[in-house]
Amino acid sequence: MALLEIEGLDVHYGGIHALKGVSLKVEQGEVVTLIGANGAGKTTTLRAISGLLKPTRGTVKFDGKVIASGSVKRGPNRWWQATELLTFKGIAGRIAGTFRDDRTGPHSIVARGLVHAPEGRGIFSNMTVSENLEIGAFLRKDRAQVTKDREHALELFPRLRERLAQSAGTLSGGEQQMLAIARALLSRPKLLLLDEPSLGLAPQMVALIFKIVKTIAADGTTILLVEQNAHKALGVAHRAYVLEVGEIVLAGPAKDLAKDDKIRRAYLGIHD
Amino acid sequence: MKSVQARIAALRPHPVSAVGMSVLPFAIAVVLALFVDKVVGPGVGATWSKILLDVGIAILLAGSLNVVNGYAGQFSIGHAGFMLVGGYAAAWLTFYGSIHWFGSKETVGGFLGNGELLFLSGCLLGGLVAAVFGVVVGLPSLRLRGDYLAIVTLGFGEIVRVLGQITARQPKNVAAIKERSMSELANNLGGAEGFSQIPGYTTLFFVYLFAFVLLVLVYRLKYSSKGRALLAVRENEIAAEAMGVDTTRAKVVAFVFSAFFAGIGGALYAHQVGALDPKELGFLKSIDLVIIVVIGGMGSITGVVLGAAILVILPEVFREFADYRMIAYALALIIVMILRPQGIMGVKELWETSWWRRGALAVRAKLRGGKAS
Repeated sequence: MALLEIEGLDVHYGGIHALKGVSLKVEQGEVVTLIGANGAGKTTTLRAISGLLKPTRGTVKFDGKVIASGSVKRGPNRWWQATELLTFKGIAGRIAGTFRDDRTGPHSIVARGLVHAPEGRGIFSNMTVSENLEIGAFLRKDRAQVTKDREHALELFPRLRERLAQSAGTLSGGEQQMLAIARALLSRPKLLLLDEPSLGLAPQMVALIFKIVKTIAADGTTILLVEQNAHKALGVAHRAYVLEVGEIVLAGPAKDLAKDDKIRRAYLGIHD
Repeated sequence: MKSVQARIAALRPHPVSAVGMSVLPFAIAVVLALFVDKVVGPGVGATWSKILLDVGIAILLAGSLNVVNGYAGQFSIGHAGFMLVGGYAAAWLTFYGSIHWFGSKETVGGFLGNGELLFLSGCLLGGLVAAVFGVVVGLPSLRLRGDYLAIVTLGFGEIVRVLGQITARQPKNVAAIKERSMSELANNLGGAEGFSQIPGYTTLFFVYLFAFVLLVLVYRLKYSSKGRALLAVRENEIAAEAMGVDTTRAKVVAFVFSAFFAGIGGALYAHQVGALDPKELGFLKSIDLVIIVVIGGMGSITGVVLGAAILVILPEVFREFADYRMIAYALALIIVMILRPQGIMGVKELWETSWWRRGALAVRAKLRGGKAS
């Protein structure tokens, strides 16, 4: 059984159909990459997996349990849906929904071991590097193991150790990305969702980040990597999916995809 | 080399000393409150001890608001609503309770006598009722962000004020009050004229007791993992949620905590002024409290204490400008916001500022030099 299984996932942003029946699988110990152009729906897929977005159709299964599922009812918003608030039942349903969300929100998915390092790094700028790492271990009670993991993360990113007492907003872009990954690692993920870790970084830094992604994967963490830098992503991944305007158009082993003519032309910029 | 577990076990204090360490700050708070009441208050004279009282209540209110507006980064402008709720609950208990159980509406008993114990339970009741309102307002509204939340809290404050204004009047005489039970009197909160003749139990001791207890609690909160979770919500809500912080719950807990102390603050206020007028505790009062937090520094405990002291004392100092007092006050606010838009302390505490550290180093160096010579 795969660690993560997505089937027929649909996501709407209001009337916009952003994901159209996306299905993919991530096996235990694998690095899988999801590549595609701007607006293809890569980030949307990750956000639907980690619970930041609600799918309108389809299911997300993690570790054998359904963590998100959509019903046909929650389609695009139509104006007449607001009329449900005129009835007592409609209002009661809304209020009940408010409470239900509390138990199924993204934080409860984190507790299951699925951690999302969001796009744009999302570090806590006014807190120190050390405090940022502490938040990463927020849900964990095994303090001794946390201390060990923290050491391990700091070994992976020696630069962060030098900056522990510094406030995170003063770090460079690359260092902030390191911090975002280190922080995600501290929650001991079974599956790590990385959203564009190379975004806006200098080539040297990109190379370093991908090296670290490889190391983390070698340590046994399963990774689902979303990237625009298809060349690098195909270099570290075992398997890859190509997303185009909300649909998966191609899937297969990363090595084969790197040789595929269509991919080479569309995503790797090689015209030969 | 010892294992990590062993090193952590060695750091863990003895259970008795752990309890001692957790209680000690509160014991110090009691002693300090007594000190303010018995030594500082009489020492500075009647006018200044009244100002001191106002400063203490402002610290309590702004300090609690700081948990929501500063730590959690939510924008609440309905704090006076919680004050009003707490004030009503406490006034109901002490005013009608005094008449029912002590036979008169005057204060009875000396220090920590029956009257003051009734007042103390009134304060706690006020806090609890306000906290319940905190849950009721918090659960649905804390899903909203920024301006939208501000509007909901503003609406809450106004609703409480209007509800206060449509309550029944207080019965005219003691006999009429004695005829009715406490629960029957729960709607007699004075209406638009306000709840009057509240026994004046508020002393420097109670004000500073609650203020110091609040300061200890918010200090501990700030440096605990729960507090860091709140700060994380302020910094980046999505990232906090992605790290496993239940952001809705964190915000509701912050809201309830804040409402509890606002209720106590309202109770202290009511028993100081002697009357609770809903018009006084409307939108403008909430804004006053927000100003204290913003001027002091959102999220800074020492900043809010400083802000409360400055903003309460400033109008008193400007008294000689007579009619131009509020203009001078407003000008002072504008100047502070131009010079230090992040507030006096920013997000830092006093002991985290660079000049404090430099001063501490200099003092330490001097001490060491003094010993050597």
